[in-house]
Amino acid sequence: MHFFDQVADWFTTSSNWSGAQGIPLLFWHQLELSVTVVFFALLFGGGLGVILGHTGRGGLLAVNAANAFRAVPTLALLTLLAIQPSISLKWNGFLAASIALTALAIPPILTNTYVGMREVDADVRDAAKAMGLTGGQVLRRVEAPLAVPFVMAGVRTAAIEVVATSTLAAYVSYTDLGTYVITGLNTNNSILSFSGAILVAVMAALVAASLGLLTRALTPLPLRRPGRRGLLPARPGLA
Amino acid sequence: MTPDNVHSVLLGTSNPFFRWSYVTGQWSQIQGDLVQHIKLSLIAVGIGIVISIPLAVLAWRYKVVRGPVFGVASSLYIIPSLALFVILGPVTGFVASYETAEIALVGYTLLILIWNTVAGLDAVPPDAREAAVALGYSPTAALVRVDLPLALPYIFAGVRVATATVIGLVTVTALIGLGGLGQQITYGFTIGYNTPIIVGLVLSVALAGIADLLLVGAQRVAVPWARTKKSRKGDG
Repeated sequence: MHFFDQVADWFTTSSNWSGAQGIPLLFWHQLELSVTVVFFALLFGGGLGVILGHTGRGGLLAVNAANAFRAVPTLALLTLLAIQPSISLKWNGFLAASIALTALAIPPILTNTYVGMREVDADVRDAAKAMGLTGGQVLRRVEAPLAVPFVMAGVRTAAIEVVATSTLAAYVSYTDLGTYVITGLNTNNSILSFSGAILVAVMAALVAASLGLLTRALTPLPLRRPGRRGLLPARPGLA
Repeated sequence: MTPDNVHSVLLGTSNPFFRWSYVTGQWSQIQGDLVQHIKLSLIAVGIGIVISIPLAVLAWRYKVVRGPVFGVASSLYIIPSLALFVILGPVTGFVASYETAEIALVGYTLLILIWNTVAGLDAVPPDAREAAVALGYSPTAALVRVDLPLALPYIFAGVRVATATVIGLVTVTALIGLGGLGQQITYGFTIGYNTPIIVGLVLSVALAGIADLLLVGAQRVAVPWARTKKSRKGDG
């Protein structure tokens, strides 16, 4: 039988769509891990970026440190955490994977948030202050909305990297769509690994597309531009 | 000797954060991995540049081309690396080969390089181009002697990001049997020792740092007029 017929067979076999190794559950596992990671990265990286951007102090140092950290290969971070006995077996590998991936996702979000906050026009900020807004109000009503497109560019870059890397989490015992790929590679089952790779690619495309829509929805109306602006990651980075 | 014995001789029975004797004992292996890492990265970035610049010029000149070029490059960029290595299987015959790894690695450089080159060409001041036309430059001559040199700071920024990305991604090719320094990482994971993973991590970061310094140096030579200005856009 031709290779692609066998792949089609794999996708139409009903046992692959249910149970502990079924596509829906593993898809959910990968989504669960990715969403958790992006949430915490947004909390830490975004939070720090907002504080540094608002006060304007120490930001460049933090941004440079964050970017230097991006050179660390994720596979190294994942495997290193996964062989530490205190972390490795927690929640079926979820803990090790989520720590490594969060560390990876923070730099792009931090950098973009900081840059977004600094890009806010000084005149706009002054006008807001002149109207009697307090520091907190300036942050909430002026700086934060205007920084949204930048923050979201960071979230999109981070999310694409996180989904890509959560595939590698399967190598260190977490079970998600990457498990098909890794198992297939380890057992020389090219049909399994190829099918898994297709699923992973579909998931990545879905995440990228839904974040594009979310960015548009969250961007203040006057800042929206027609066309395909924002389709590209602000600065393509490590995955 | 069973594999377990080999590991305990090499690394001892305890698992400290780092053990120097592993580095000295395994130096030839580490060196081999390092060389493979450099080779895989250099070829990927080199081919990436050769493909990207003409595509970027076309995408910049002809708006019709821009959509498809960015579409294909973004799709390649969005597909996770491990998946892309595997999806190329039917094309390259399911063997862990340099071809499989390089095609995928080059795929990741395209979006970064094309994006930056087009941004650089877009940023060329119209005055400069008009001056070139007034001096009698043909469109091609203007492109080669005016537009592309003026876009160099952006192109270099792209090459720097692409190089850092590729050096990081090469480690993933360890899962399809290549990997350069990634082999140290998977080896450390398989036998449960920190040291080889740290070796892979540190050398990979060092390699990225050195490559970046070299590129900054090359840029200073190639773009002498930009020395006093900040050439990289801080868009994160």
